Amino acid sequence: MSYVSLSDDDRKAMLSAVGIASVDELFCCIPDEIRVKRDLDLPAPMAEPELVRHFQGIAAKNKAPDTLSFLGAGAYPHCIPYVVDYLSARGEFISPYTPYQPEVSQGTLQITFEYQTLICQLTGLEIANASLYEGASAAAEAVLMAHRLKNKPKVLIAAAAHPDYRKVVGTYVKDLPVRVEEIGYGASGGLDLDDLERKIDSETSAIVCQSPNFFGIVENLDRIGELAHAHQALFVVVVAEAASLGILKSPGASGADIVAGEGQSFGLPLGFGGPYLGFMSCRKEFVRQFPGRIAGETKDIEGRRGFVLTLSTREQHIRREKATSNICSNQAWCALRAAIFLETLGREGLRQMAFQNIQKANYALDRLSEIPGLRRKFAGPVFNEFVVEFGGRWPEVESALLKQGVVAGLGLAPYYPRLEDCALVCVTETHQKEDIDKLAGLVKEALR
Amino acid sequence: MSREPLIFEKSAPGKTAFKLPALDVPESPAGLNGLPLREEIAGFPQVSEIEVVRHFTRLSQTNFCIDTNFYPLGSCTMKYNPKINEKIAALNGFLASHPLAPAALVQGNLEVLKTLEDYLMEITGLDAFTLQPAAGAHGELTGMMLIRAYLSDRGEPRQVVLIPDSAHGTNPSSAHLCGYRVQEARSNESGTIDLAALESQMTEDVAALMITNPNTLGVFESDILRVAEIVHAKGGLVYMDGANMNALIGKFLPGDMGIDVLHLNLHKTFSTPHGSGGPGSGPVGVKSGLKPYLPVPVVEKTDGGWALDYDRPKSIGRVRSFHGNFLVMVKALAYILTLGAAGLKELAETAVLNANYIRKSLEGVYHLKYSSPTLHECVFSDKFQKEHGVQNIDIAKRLIDYGLHPPTMSFPLVVPGALMIEPTETESKRDLDEFIQAMKAIAREAAETPDIVKSAPHNSYVRRLDETAAARNPVLRWEEGE
Repeated sequence: MSYVSLSDDDRKAMLSAVGIASVDELFCCIPDEIRVKRDLDLPAPMAEPELVRHFQGIAAKNKAPDTLSFLGAGAYPHCIPYVVDYLSARGEFISPYTPYQPEVSQGTLQITFEYQTLICQLTGLEIANASLYEGASAAAEAVLMAHRLKNKPKVLIAAAAHPDYRKVVGTYVKDLPVRVEEIGYGASGGLDLDDLERKIDSETSAIVCQSPNFFGIVENLDRIGELAHAHQALFVVVVAEAASLGILKSPGASGADIVAGEGQSFGLPLGFGGPYLGFMSCRKEFVRQFPGRIAGETKDIEGRRGFVLTLSTREQHIRREKATSNICSNQAWCALRAAIFLETLGREGLRQMAFQNIQKANYALDRLSEIPGLRRKFAGPVFNEFVVEFGGRWPEVESALLKQGVVAGLGLAPYYPRLEDCALVCVTETHQKEDIDKLAGLVKEALR
Repeated sequence: MSREPLIFEKSAPGKTAFKLPALDVPESPAGLNGLPLREEIAGFPQVSEIEVVRHFTRLSQTNFCIDTNFYPLGSCTMKYNPKINEKIAALNGFLASHPLAPAALVQGNLEVLKTLEDYLMEITGLDAFTLQPAAGAHGELTGMMLIRAYLSDRGEPRQVVLIPDSAHGTNPSSAHLCGYRVQEARSNESGTIDLAALESQMTEDVAALMITNPNTLGVFESDILRVAEIVHAKGGLVYMDGANMNALIGKFLPGDMGIDVLHLNLHKTFSTPHGSGGPGSGPVGVKSGLKPYLPVPVVEKTDGGWALDYDRPKSIGRVRSFHGNFLVMVKALAYILTLGAAGLKELAETAVLNANYIRKSLEGVYHLKYSSPTLHECVFSDKFQKEHGVQNIDIAKRLIDYGLHPPTMSFPLVVPGALMIEPTETESKRDLDEFIQAMKAIAREAAETPDIVKSAPHNSYVRRLDETAAARNPVLRWEEGE
């Protein structure tokens, strides 16, 4: 099976039209000495039923979906209304490419325009792009953009930002004249403002702060933004849990100049980490340094409203090495799913969902905090994740619960050696009260 | 066709398309203490479910796509996307696994990653792969970083990357992002790299040559061994942009022919859907010498099953969170398993036959700047039609009236007025003939009634749009009260 559509007669007719006897002649431009002489060593082709059985077998080796999981840390289980799957599966959305020809891509372009509007409304900023790869590389693009705007060598990033995000930022700036320094976290789990005041100076291009941060703590963005601006640095806010935007004060309203984040919570399944959705917004005045594609409104020659990709002189296909980013393919279909998700939930639905996350996380935090030997690590207010400390017994709690089919949380030792006895626990609207009670009961038993 | 408004224009207070189960834990006002809460989100939509469904369904009907239209967008490899692969990637075992779940709980996913890596190694002749990059350009950037790390480790902070003038715009952009200075490598009259020029440009300050093979003209760089020799002689590396690998599967193994680093586009060669512009996936393959620098984590086989190795001191780090666009990889693996070695080879042969059939049929009707043999695509230009004042963009827009998607026009820059046509292997002769007839008809119209072409499209949902106005006075979002 190779999905080709030529009959034997077609092939013959086409070979004769081209004026050759065999298709081999078309490959004569590949010199014989470098041509592959053997068959590739791959499994025999599978028919559809075999293929399905094969993959059902592989998928069944994943036990994760059968567990009761309290993992978050940048990938969140949330409800996905069925219309998101139904509508996004349409061939008209799945099988086109980038809307280079606006006259036959108005659907994609209008949806992109709506998506940009939704991201602006949620983040409280003026313009948004059509998407980036995912949260971590979006954060890196924000750092590069801030550096282009300020052209000063130092970027400060919160140590309580997602470890993968910090790592990706580090990878992106390694060969560039940018120095990244980390700002520690305080007893509340939030950014250590004293440390920030010590490190920020006139050489600083930007402060990058995540909220809710990796520990689930909602940061005091207003104060951090004031400090950034007092030193003429840009304030970059990273959002790894976009559901929080449904209820928390927007980063833009707290002074953010650029917001970069992960939109997975808006209608994308966990999917072992991807495809996800990088989103980005900023103040209008920065548009010339903004990375990625942007849809804009215009009119056709008959005066009807239409949409096009615009401001493309920032992009690689025009500007080549002077482009604001090298991105070409983005995550358009994921942005489509986010648009369907957000328009379906609407103003009240999104707020309700976010509200339930806060309520359920706090219920779980209360239940766990009652357990002797267990301690809430940070005092700061949380959205849907929190850190708990196990009195030296996290490894045994983790494995005892795993045996019961429960993933209690993410052990923090690999990410923060000082928090080796701590775990990050995530609770969303998808967890029921009995799930949380089960978690608390099993942890209590394990610590007895 | 009636105009579909913006969702914000359909919105009215109190409407909803969503309901959560009632909160089943005691509501605690204390939970909100200390949280900065927002006001209602101004302008955020409020619509019913059928309004959402009609909105997106109607908008979808204004899109051209592979499922409805021939889509010969050169360089993008717009082949048929097998439907069964969507179902396979949607198996709950894949869909519902958390990326940070303990390795013991995601053995199936790790098997998918490792198996795909192994097959890509076999298909390219390279020694190791990373699947982390999310798209082709992301793969290019990763590849450049790998080269930089490898050379730095050898105490060679080289500064320059050579890139042919025919290259895709992402190549220079990716090299630049990695801190390299880009120098253009000249092409000769047959459209391939000029060896003499390369020899003079290749100094010990050159980190790498970034080459696309077959190049963006569809021409195979048949001197590739000599090219690699010249670059390697001065201690540089050869990076191959594998965007056009569709022409070469089963015919040419880059890893055996002097290529040190390469990226593939799973959304091109391996048929995963383009999704209106992504998600893609841009795996990067390397020769063994560059393996220590691959991004973390790396999947390893251990006694206890598959595991993730994070302890790789020479790694460039991460280019993305988690494990890349995993569900895209599942589809690509399903595609390879459906085709097998023979199917993959047939794919390359048919893609090349289809492209040459179009080329032969349109030669003389449209100008062909380079006469070299081509593989999976051919690049015509508007030179003949320009005599009548008709440009490539007009021809492209007129194709829309014929129900066909236009070719690529934005590059290669070495062909002014380019029409880059890549039919792929999945099109029938009937569809190819329809395209050829339409192109011939448009050439006739350009000569006889050029205004019809210049004012095209005539029958689309919108007609030609004012892109200049869009850029001059950008309206990038809807605002309340508009």
